[in-house]
Order: sequence, then structure tokens, then C-alpha cells
Amino acid sequence: MGPPPFQALLDDHADDVLRFLVACVGPHEADDCFQETFVAALRAYPRLRRGSNVRAWLLTIAHRKAIDAHRARGRRPVPVADAGSQSTMEDPGERDGDDAGLWHDVGALPQRQRAAVALRFVCDFSYRDIGRAIGCTEPAARRNVYEGLERLREGRT
Amino acid sequence: MTDHIEGELSTAGRRLGGAGADARRRLRERAEAEGLLDVAYTTVDSPLGCLLAASTPRGVVRLAYDADAGTDDVLGDLAARVSPRILEAPARLDPLRRELEEYFTGRRTAFEVPVDWSVMHGFGRRVLEHTAQLRFGEVATYREMAARAGSPAAIRAAGNALAANRVPIVVPCHRVLRTGGGLGGYTGGLGRKEFLLRLEGALAP
Repeated sequence: MGPPPFQALLDDHADDVLRFLVACVGPHEADDCFQETFVAALRAYPRLRRGSNVRAWLLTIAHRKAIDAHRARGRRPVPVADAGSQSTMEDPGERDGDDAGLWHDVGALPQRQRAAVALRFVCDFSYRDIGRAIGCTEPAARRNVYEGLERLREGRT
Repeated sequence: MTDHIEGELSTAGRRLGGAGADARRRLRERAEAEGLLDVAYTTVDSPLGCLLAASTPRGVVRLAYDADAGTDDVLGDLAARVSPRILEAPARLDPLRRELEEYFTGRRTAFEVPVDWSVMHGFGRRVLEHTAQLRFGEVATYREMAARAGSPAAIRAAGNALAANRVPIVVPCHRVLRTGGGLGGYTGGLGRKEFLLRLEGALAP
């Protein structure tokens, strides 16, 4: 058996990748980051080692594209106040105003904490897979999530 | 309130929508434009059931019966033999879809879409290339196809090559019969072979 057809990766993980990107960079940049992520993945896919964790691999690429987007944007504050507004996302569903504020706060976190929190709560990643995706150890992934949550709590008091 | 930040994040995460049709369409177009779409596939309805059609930039590489019963095996085979860079991308298959429709409605007697022969090799490929020369309504025997491919004695091997035809209908292996007029076999089942031969007037209605 060879590797699964790329379409299977897209079917299984496109939603996770887009949600992660929306949480990290906001809905408008998420669209472009989504394209960049899957084009880069498609390019590299034939060289991916058998038995790799495909989901963590895709989110690693998405994480890098999110960092690129942040860099390209410079040091301006993160415009994610409208996270969750219409992009190419389908069926955004019911949403109260609190979500926008919440994603704004997430977007203002330091890069690693932001990615770790998004992977944990948007993609339901284990700490081990978070470590894989953002390139750190499992304890460091745990710490990034913990510190990110602390900071979000502080912002509310 | 502040203690519930984890629950809020999970709930808000679930409220984020998924990747819609537009995102997928953009990706297909980008992949095609950048030369990364090694295999495009789609399904095509026909009088012989739902077909899976796949094409490389070179031409049609697979046409498989019973796509409604599952496509995993066919796509897995393409991933292993051709490339795993496979996307459901109907646009590349539009010419084939059109020609198949014309063929099944009696408005076309020859396919013009190119076939990608690169995954076929040796004697089997030669048999199939000669089979592709058989015209609408014409039939030949396994023995004749073996001879045309250069090995008159390799009748069984010619039959195996035809049974392994990856592009039935377009490469008309249904036009090859047993010496003496028996139908022989067919990848999609004999009922389909009879249907195609009747459609072409090679078999009495």
C-alpha cells in the first residue's frame, strides 16, 4: 500500500487547519494561509515519511504559515476582532459577540502560546502533538497552553 | 467567569466553520496552475453505472466501474503507481465526460481524449495500444491481438493484458472476443461487454 491520496488528507483535516488559522490570524488572512498550507503540503507530500502523523504534519505547516502572516503584517496589533466573520468558512453557525472578543485576546498572545492554545482547544490536540506541531517538547507545549490561559484570564480581571 | 476560559475556548472553537467549497476550488486551481496536480479525478454517471475517471496532465489514466461502491482501492492504486498528489478536480475530466456522454448517446464513435500510457509496460501495453486501434463496431480475437502485439503464441498473456485494462471503454477491450465468437471475459462483467457491443452494433440487439 502506498500513501493515501492527498484528497483524503484534505477531507479529513481541512476543517481543523482552517479553524486553527482563523484562531491564530483571523478569518481574512486565514483564507490565504489555508491555501499556502495545503499547496506547501501537496508539494512536499510525496516525500513525507510513511507512518508520519499526518495531522500534526499539516498543522506544523499551518503554524509556519501563520507565523509568516504575522511577520508580513509587521508589528501592528492583530486584527482578529472579527474572527469568525464570513470568509470561505461554511456554516459559521450561531455566534455571540463574545467569540470575537475571545479570538481577539487569543490573537494578542505571544506566538507560541497562541498556537498552543488554538491547537489544544480548537483542534483538540494532545500536548504531545502540540509539541510536534510547534516544534517543542511535550512539557513545553503544556507550559505554553498553561501560560496562554493564564494570560487570557488576566486580561479579564 | 474567568475560571471557564477553557470551556469558552472549546465552545467558540466548535462554532468556527469548516473549509467550504470555495476554499477547495481555489486549492484545486492553485494546484493545477503550479503543476502539483499529478492526478485529477471525478465520478461520471453512465448507462453502465457510476464511473471513476482519473487523468494526469498527459491523459486519461484510469476509468473504473462501480465508483458508487467505493473509490478507495482505485485511488490507493493510483497513489502507489502514479503519484499520491491526487485531488478530486472535475475540470480536467470535462473533455472525457463530454465524449463519454456523446458515445453513450450514439453521437460519437471514436474517443479523442489522450490516454496516459506511461503506467503500462511491455507486452501488455502493446496489446492495449493495438486494442485502441480497433474501430467502433469492429471486433478481433485474443489470438489476433497477441499476434498484432508481436507474440502470436501469447494468447493467454494477451487476455491477461486486456483484463488489466485500466481505461476500459476508451481503450475498447470489449471489442476483443474469443476465437469462435464466445464473448470471453470483461473487467466490468459480461453484461457490460454485451451492452457495449450492442451499442456499437457488433452484437445483435
